[in-house]
Amino acid sequence: MKTIEGKIVVLGSQGVGKTSMVVRYIGKMFSHHISPTIGASFFTCKINIDDTRVKLQVWDTAGQERFRSMAPMYYRNANAALLVFDITQYHTFTAIKNWVKELQRNVEEPMVLALVGNKTDLVNQRKVTREEAHQYAVNIGGSYFETSALQDEGIEEVFLNSAVGMIKLSEDSQCTSLRVYDSSEAGGTTAILQPPPPLSAAVQLDKGPSPGEQERVLACC
Amino acid sequence: MAVICPHDVVNMASTMKSNEDLDESGENHEGKHPEGNLLHFEPEVAVESMLVPTDSFESFEQEAPAGSASLQPDSNLLKCQNTEENTPDKVARDTDTNVASRSISELSLVSEECIEHQHVEEELSNSKEWRSQEKHIFILSSAGKPIYSRHGSEDKLVTLFGVMQALVSFIGDDGDTIRSIHTQGTSFLFLIKGPIILACVYKSRESVAQITVQLNYVYSQIVSVLTLEQLTRIFEQRRNYDLRRLLAGAERLIDHLLIALETQPALLLGAVQCLPLVSTTRDAITNVIVSSCNKIKKLVFAILVGGNQLVTLIRMKNFFLHPADLHLILNLVNSSESFKAAESWTPICLPKFSSDGFLHAHVSYLAEDCQACLLLLTVDPDLFFPLSEAKQKIVEKLRRASLLQSINAALAHTGTPVSQLGVPEARHFLYKCKATAQFWGPVPAPPYQTTEGAKRLLDQYRVLHHRLHAPAQPLKLLYLQDNAETMLGWVTTGFELYVAFEPLVTKANAIGAVNKIVRWIKKDDNGLFITNAPTF
Ligand SMILES: Nc1nc2c(ncn2[C@@H]2O[C@H](COP(=O)(O)OP(=O)(O)OP(=O)(O)O)[C@@H](O)[C@H]2O)c(=O)[nH]1
Ligand SMILES: [Mg+2]
Repeated sequence: MKTIEGKIVVLGSQGVGKTSMVVRYIGKMFSHHISPTIGASFFTCKINIDDTRVKLQVWDTAGQERFRSMAPMYYRNANAALLVFDITQYHTFTAIKNWVKELQRNVEEPMVLALVGNKTDLVNQRKVTREEAHQYAVNIGGSYFETSALQDEGIEEVFLNSAVGMIKLSEDSQCTSLRVYDSSEAGGTTAILQPPPPLSAAVQLDKGPSPGEQERVLACC
Repeated sequence: MAVICPHDVVNMASTMKSNEDLDESGENHEGKHPEGNLLHFEPEVAVESMLVPTDSFESFEQEAPAGSASLQPDSNLLKCQNTEENTPDKVARDTDTNVASRSISELSLVSEECIEHQHVEEELSNSKEWRSQEKHIFILSSAGKPIYSRHGSEDKLVTLFGVMQALVSFIGDDGDTIRSIHTQGTSFLFLIKGPIILACVYKSRESVAQITVQLNYVYSQIVSVLTLEQLTRIFEQRRNYDLRRLLAGAERLIDHLLIALETQPALLLGAVQCLPLVSTTRDAITNVIVSSCNKIKKLVFAILVGGNQLVTLIRMKNFFLHPADLHLILNLVNSSESFKAAESWTPICLPKFSSDGFLHAHVSYLAEDCQACLLLLTVDPDLFFPLSEAKQKIVEKLRRASLLQSINAALAHTGTPVSQLGVPEARHFLYKCKATAQFWGPVPAPPYQTTEGAKRLLDQYRVLHHRLHAPAQPLKLLYLQDNAETMLGWVTTGFELYVAFEPLVTKANAIGAVNKIVRWIKKDDNGLFITNAPTF
């Protein structure tokens, strides 16, 4: 089985729900008592898509301004970015534009960009329209998602999209920061040189533990 | 020869050498004590300590205003503070236009003029509840921009901040520095740190030196978040910068620190409490960490803490951790729930270690079933994954050797009550080993187990501590008796001991108890102190 190991960084203003999203996806829960992230938190998870296993290293960064200058440390060599804003706070959407500029300036390798408008459960307080956000996502060559970490809406799609995007990136010889290896071989770290088989349309999440391994598809670190 | 008299305070500094056992008359009979010489007692201490040894006010002492020029209460000044509407801009402009001979009463005139300015904003300083707070802490920039207020939002206190800035710059204009203002019942203390002004307005019995230490701690907390380099640069570039932008989210660290300062003896003593562990157990834990990390270069400190106590600390050779820095680390851990959810990688500046740069900290709790927090501090920003692997190894090894269980058992232990020590006269005590900057005290028993009781006890310790360390006249021994309790403080070159007795204890019993306490502490199987100083 081919395994791809990639890094995904979650960026966005303080309190937009970055940690809530990651914890919802990896921990399968929502807590009202999540406290602000300090620096960055590190999670891992695995997604099986057809015959490819994608191991994600998730860097959930802190939105507090004082950690802003540390951001390059977290997004360096990232293969995907989740740019999260709160649909009820327009300034958090504006802030994304600075993140994008910064990434464009500092990250050379191609990156999968996902723009995420979170807190759709608060739709009656919406300040950012779906159209505007979608248009912006198109402009930056990314996709747009709307989510509610609270109600568990749209979260899986965000991560799946990034994983699929990384598989596509791995087919691109330009991308050197993604680690690709064939894990069926002993040692599991032999890089494969030939291009992977084309992806089928059916993207499927493996929910059970794989035989012989204590591994859940969405295992937390 | 001095005699300890109840109802009296005796300064024995001049008559009594330190480091001597006490006998019942308070006399020193060097070497004659039946228990032998407790003279140089302190827990077996290695030549080096992992923590920088401290005298309580050491390091902050320089900043404590010795014989400071206190201002007399000035009615104009108070009036000025009470005026309602005032814009900080106006006050600031006034100070900027720098009329050679301004007086404080002029300031108050300015304030009155400002009443005309119709401000929608409501000043909190008029609220009764706000005014009745025992202790206020304010932080502002030297340009008068609010940065932090302990009680109430800074936005509703702009006038007050303006007045504070005006006071500081008014006195600063003459090349003087404002230190404190004392009025009946309330004191105002100022600490000016480069581009930042810290002020404390307090009604408590704390001394100027003690409050100064607290303000210094608050300042260190800010430096810890930003580094001194960044703080200085920001204000050099923009004098008017609103620092709240950069401190957003860090207010909770300051809030938490202030609570710790008020409720924990650790910061008063400048010492750390260790999780009691049999020394072989602690050594085994230490060895696991050392053996899992010794291939990692540039790892400066490995610190394991649990329940606000130190489990072990391993350092790079030639580097030491200052207890004040360790308190900032404990404060960070205690006020950041998010560390429990996942491994974290965060910058932290330890001002005593180096105020100009960040260390990178790998922070994680050992395991779901072991709530001790491990911090691995390095100067190398690329070390996350090696440290993450090392952490996994540490946990596996600790688990295999049943050391996680030992840590859990120690964490679950509620503490030793003083009654187990066989000193019925003593209600509570604090013992600080100076060389290792560690302290220990029994778990509070009645009447100190309640919040008010604990607060009163700490107040008593504060008074004792202040008198013993008074910059002008430090004491070696102090015996204070009042209605509530009798307090005894004893400072030697090796340790400091603070004991609370019941009020009617006799002098003879008190001294007997002190010797018993010291003897009990001396038993080295308690595991109360970390006596070695392991390195990688
Ligand atoms: N209504 C609603 N609230 C949410 C949602 N997601 C997160 N929140 C709340 O938003 C607040 C902030 O959530 P966090 O996940 O801590 O936000 P963050 O982006 O990680 O914040 P930092 O770590 O400080 O950058 C919390 O009170 C969450 O409960 C959501 O989908 N809907
Ligand atoms: Mg977060």
